[in-house]
Amino acid sequence: MQLIPCPWCGPREEAEFHYGGQAHVAYPEDPSALTDEEWAQYVFFRENPSGPFAERWSHNAGCRRWFNAVRDTRTHDLLAVYRVGEPMPEVIA
Amino acid sequence: MTFRTPTGGAIDRDTLLHFTFNGQSYTGHPGDTLASALLAHGVHEVGGSVKLGRPRGIVAAGSEDPTSLVQIEAPFSEPMLLATTVELYDGLVARGLAGQGKLAAEPDPARYDAKHEHCDVLVVGAGPAGLVAALTAARSGARVVLVDEQNQAGGALLGVDEYVDERPSAEWVADVVAELKSTPGVLVLERTTAFGMYQDGFVLALEKRTDHLGFAAPEGVARQRVWRIRTRQTVLATGAHERPVVFADNDRPGIMLASSARTFLHRYGVLPGSRAVVFTTNDSAYCAAIDLAESGVDIALIVDARHEAPARLATECAARGIEVRAGHVVVGTEGAGRVTGVRIGPLAPASPDITVACDTVLVSGGWNPVVSLFSQARGKLRYDAELGAFVPGEELSTVRVAGSATGELDLNACARQGRDVGSEAAAAAGFAPGGQVPLPVSDSRCTARSGLVLWRVPGDDDASFVDLQRDSTVADVLRATGAGLRSLEHIKRYTTIGTAHDQGKTSGMIAAGIVAEALGVELEDQRPTTFRPPYTSVSFAALAGRDRGELHDPVRVTAIHPWHVAHGALFEDVGQWKRPWYYPKPGEDLHTAVLRECRATRESVGMMDGSTLGKIDVQGRDAGKFLDMLYTNMMSTLKVGKIRYGVMCGVDGMVIDDGTVIRVGDERYLITTTTGNAAKILDWMEEWLQTEWPHLDVHCTSVTEHWATIPLVGPRSRDVLAAVAPSLDVSNEAFEFMTWHDTVVAGVPARVCRISFSGELAYEINVTAWHGIAVWEALMAAGEQYGITPYGTETMHVLRAEKGYPIIGQETDATVTPQDLGMSWAVSKKKPDFIGKRSFARAENNRTDRKQLVGLLPVDPSVLLPEGSQIVETDRLPEPPVRMLGHVTSSYPSAALGRTFALALVRSGHERIGETLFVPVEDALVPVTVTESVLYDKEGARRDG
Repeated sequence: MQLIPCPWCGPREEAEFHYGGQAHVAYPEDPSALTDEEWAQYVFFRENPSGPFAERWSHNAGCRRWFNAVRDTRTHDLLAVYRVGEPMPEVIA
Repeated sequence: MTFRTPTGGAIDRDTLLHFTFNGQSYTGHPGDTLASALLAHGVHEVGGSVKLGRPRGIVAAGSEDPTSLVQIEAPFSEPMLLATTVELYDGLVARGLAGQGKLAAEPDPARYDAKHEHCDVLVVGAGPAGLVAALTAARSGARVVLVDEQNQAGGALLGVDEYVDERPSAEWVADVVAELKSTPGVLVLERTTAFGMYQDGFVLALEKRTDHLGFAAPEGVARQRVWRIRTRQTVLATGAHERPVVFADNDRPGIMLASSARTFLHRYGVLPGSRAVVFTTNDSAYCAAIDLAESGVDIALIVDARHEAPARLATECAARGIEVRAGHVVVGTEGAGRVTGVRIGPLAPASPDITVACDTVLVSGGWNPVVSLFSQARGKLRYDAELGAFVPGEELSTVRVAGSATGELDLNACARQGRDVGSEAAAAAGFAPGGQVPLPVSDSRCTARSGLVLWRVPGDDDASFVDLQRDSTVADVLRATGAGLRSLEHIKRYTTIGTAHDQGKTSGMIAAGIVAEALGVELEDQRPTTFRPPYTSVSFAALAGRDRGELHDPVRVTAIHPWHVAHGALFEDVGQWKRPWYYPKPGEDLHTAVLRECRATRESVGMMDGSTLGKIDVQGRDAGKFLDMLYTNMMSTLKVGKIRYGVMCGVDGMVIDDGTVIRVGDERYLITTTTGNAAKILDWMEEWLQTEWPHLDVHCTSVTEHWATIPLVGPRSRDVLAAVAPSLDVSNEAFEFMTWHDTVVAGVPARVCRISFSGELAYEINVTAWHGIAVWEALMAAGEQYGITPYGTETMHVLRAEKGYPIIGQETDATVTPQDLGMSWAVSKKKPDFIGKRSFARAENNRTDRKQLVGLLPVDPSVLLPEGSQIVETDRLPEPPVRMLGHVTSSYPSAALGRTFALALVRSGHERIGETLFVPVEDALVPVTVTESVLYDKEGARRDG
C-alpha cells in the first residue's frame, strides 16, 4: 500500500485516492472549431510513457481535492505532487 | 517404542496431551508441534503425494517443510496446515493430506481482526541477529516492533544446544526479550509472521493468537490478527533454510534435513529414528550427527560429497565411532514406505554402489538465505557461488538485512550484523545511538560455510524429486528445458515447482541450479523468480477479518425502511441500498404481485419509496452556467419553481446519467441522479469544477439522505394529496406538470414536485428524512379509500418501460447516445457547447446503423424474452459468424398492455419499426415485431389525470 502525499493532507494510503489519468490535458477552448481528428485526440488519446508522467489524482476518501502528481511509471515512485493550476515541476527520475 | 529422549527439549513433560492422527490416538506434551509429537511415536509417514500417491513424511521442522500437510478436523475443520507448525493441544484431531484439503462446509465461528501499527524500526525475525538489531534500535529510543513466527524468540538457537556467553542460549535470549518488553514503545509479537512487504514501509503480518489453545481458546478473542504495520525502517533478520540434495527416491518418509533433525532433538526432545545415514555437502550436518549420536542414534555413516572431510570434525566423529566417507554421495534409497536403506557411491562413478541399512537419512545441501521479503521490497538478488544461493544484492534505503538472511552463517558475525544494521536503521529513522548492546559469544563447533554446491546426484530422473509437494522431478525440469524454456519464471509455471504452499522454500534454488546446469549457463546470469506475498499461507478468513457478513459492505436503508420490513416487502440491492422490490400478499409470487401493483397504480393510486434517488444541492453564482455545461439541455433558463428533465453525457457523447433539475432559487438548484450513480455524478461535478473551471462560483453537496422522497402515482394521486395537503391547490391549472411547490403535507413542511416516471398523474413528495415514516403512513391512510398500493422497484421498472423511459445502466452502457435513446429533444441546439456536444458531430455518432432503443412485441403475446437475449435478422440461424443486431435490455409482462413486451437496442432500430426480427431463446427463434419504445399512452393523455 503506497503512500501518496496529498498536497493538502500529507501522506495518506493509496486506497483513499482515485486516479484521473494524464494531467495538463485542457478541455479545448472551442470544441466546435476542432476537426474530428483533433477532437478525437482530446477525447481518446493519452500519453503512455515509461518514466516520469504527470497525472491527475483525487483524494477521494479524504479532502476530496484534485491535484497533480509526477509518477515514475517504472517504479510507481511519486516524484512530485502539486496543486491544480500549477506548472509541472522539474523532476529527476 | 518411543523416540522421546529421557530429558531435554522445551516441552512440559509433566503434562500429557491426547490427540488423534489418521484415526490413531497418540500423546504429546505442551511445547510439541504435531510433527514432533508424531516423530516421538516413530510416525514419519504423514500423507501421500498429490499426483503419484507416494508416501510423504516430515522433511523440515518449520514453515519451510514441503510435505507434512494436514487437515485439522477438530475443534474446527481447517485444511492445508503443516504438522511442523501446528502447536499441539489436547483433543486435536487431524489427518494427513495428499496435496489437497477440504474447506469446511459450515461458517467459521472464530473471530478474526486487524490492527494498525506504526513504528520507526520493524525487525522481522527474533533470532540472534534480529534480537540484537531490535535491542540496539530500542536503546536509541526508536519505536520498535519485533515480529517472529515462532512461539518463542531465539530463531536458530532454538534448534541447537550451544552456549552463548557461557550459559545456555535460552537465558541470553530471555534477557534480551525481557529488556525489549520492558522498554516503552517496543512491541514484541510472537507467533507472528511478516508475510508481505509492500511500498513505503508497509508490512502485513499474521499473528496466530489462539490457534495453539485449541478447544481452550477463549471466546471473544480474535483467533488470528492481521497486523498492518507502517514502518520507517525495516531490518530483515529472516534467517536461512537448509536445502537438501536431490537424488533418486529422495522422497521417502524418514529422509529429512539434518538441521531439522537437530531441532527436533534439542527443541522437542525427539529422535528422528534409530539408525541414520547422514549425507552432506558442508560442515553443519556434522553437528547434527554428533548431537544425535550422543543422544543414542546410531549414525551408520556420514557421506560427505566433498573430496576431503573437515579434519577437526572428522576426528570428533572418529572419537564417537562414526565412519565418514568423503567423496561419496547417496545415489538411491530403498524401502516400501519409510526408508530402509541407502545406496552409496562415489561422486564420480567408478566403484560399485554399496547399500547401508538405516531408518533415517539426514541430508544437508547447504543453506538458502530467506530473501522473500527483501525481494518483495524490490531488492535485487545476487547469486553467491560459494553458498550456492541467491542473497540480497543491493542496499535499500529503508530495508536492511542482517544475520543468515545475508548468507552469513556464523552466529557471532550474525549478531554483529544485527547490531550494525539496528543502529543504522535507528539513525536513518532519526535516532541517535543509545547504549551499545554487547555481542553474544557462542561456543558453536560448526560453520556451514566452505561447502560444495551440489544440486543433485545423477540417477533415475523420474524418481528424483525437486518439489516434493508438487511431485515435480528432475525429469520434469529437463522436459521444460528440452522444450526450449530458458526463463526460471517460465520453467516454474511449466513444472509447477515452487507453486505449492511452501512456495519453493527448499526446492526453488535447487530447481534454478538444475536448470542452469541443463542449459549450460551460469547462475550469476540467471534472474531468480520473483518472490511474492504471502510468505506463508494466510487464510481468507484472516484477510477478511471483521469485514464479513453485515460488516462486509455498508448497508444503506431509507427512513421508511422499517415500514417496508413490517409490511413484508422483499428487497433488492441497488448499490449499497436495500430497496423494496415488491410487496407480496399471501400466495403471491413476483409475477402476480407486480401485475397487481401495476394495475392498482394505473387504475387508482400507488406509491413507492424513492428516497434512494441521488440528490445534489448545487449552489453559487455560476450554478446555471455550470449545469448548462453538464447537461445536454439548457438549465440556466429554467424558472424558479420549475423542473426540467436532463441528460448528462461524457466528453465522448455517451449518456452517463439522467434525472431532474429543479430550480430552487436564483443561485440554487437541486438535481437528482440515478440511485446507483449518486456518488459518481458528484465526483464528476467536482472533477470539472476543480480541474477545468475553478473560476466558476459553484458548490455541490450530496443531500440524498436528508430527504425522504415518496412518489405518489396514479389517477387518484391528486385526491390523496389534496387530503393530506389542505393548503395546497392541487388543480391542474395551479399545479402544472414539471413544477414544484413548498407546502405542508400531513402537518410537516414538504416540497412537492409534479413529475412522473410512469406516465400517470404523479407527485413526488419530499420531506426531511426524520418525518419520512409519518408522512408515508399519512398517505397510506388518506389513500385507503382508493385502495392505495405500495409498490417496489419491479413495478416501477414495468411502469417506466411501458412508457419507453430508459434506465441508465440497463438500457445504456458506455456506448449509447441521447439520440440512440430517441432523446434528441433533450439535446440543446442553442447552447454553444456542453460536455459531449462536439462528439455528436463525429462521423461515428452519425452512422445510420447505430444501435437504437426500440420496443419489441413478441408475436406470441405470452412469450417473455430473457433480458440480455441477442437479436438476429432471420428465422433460421445461418452458419457462424451470425450477425447480431442488438440485445434485449428490459422485458416484462404488462398488465396495462395485457401481454409481454420488451425494450431493446437494435441496429438501425428507428428505421426498423414494423419489421419482424428474431430472438434466439434456447433452441427456438422467437419472432418479435419492432415498435416505438413508447408502448402505453403514446399521446400522454394520462399525465394530467
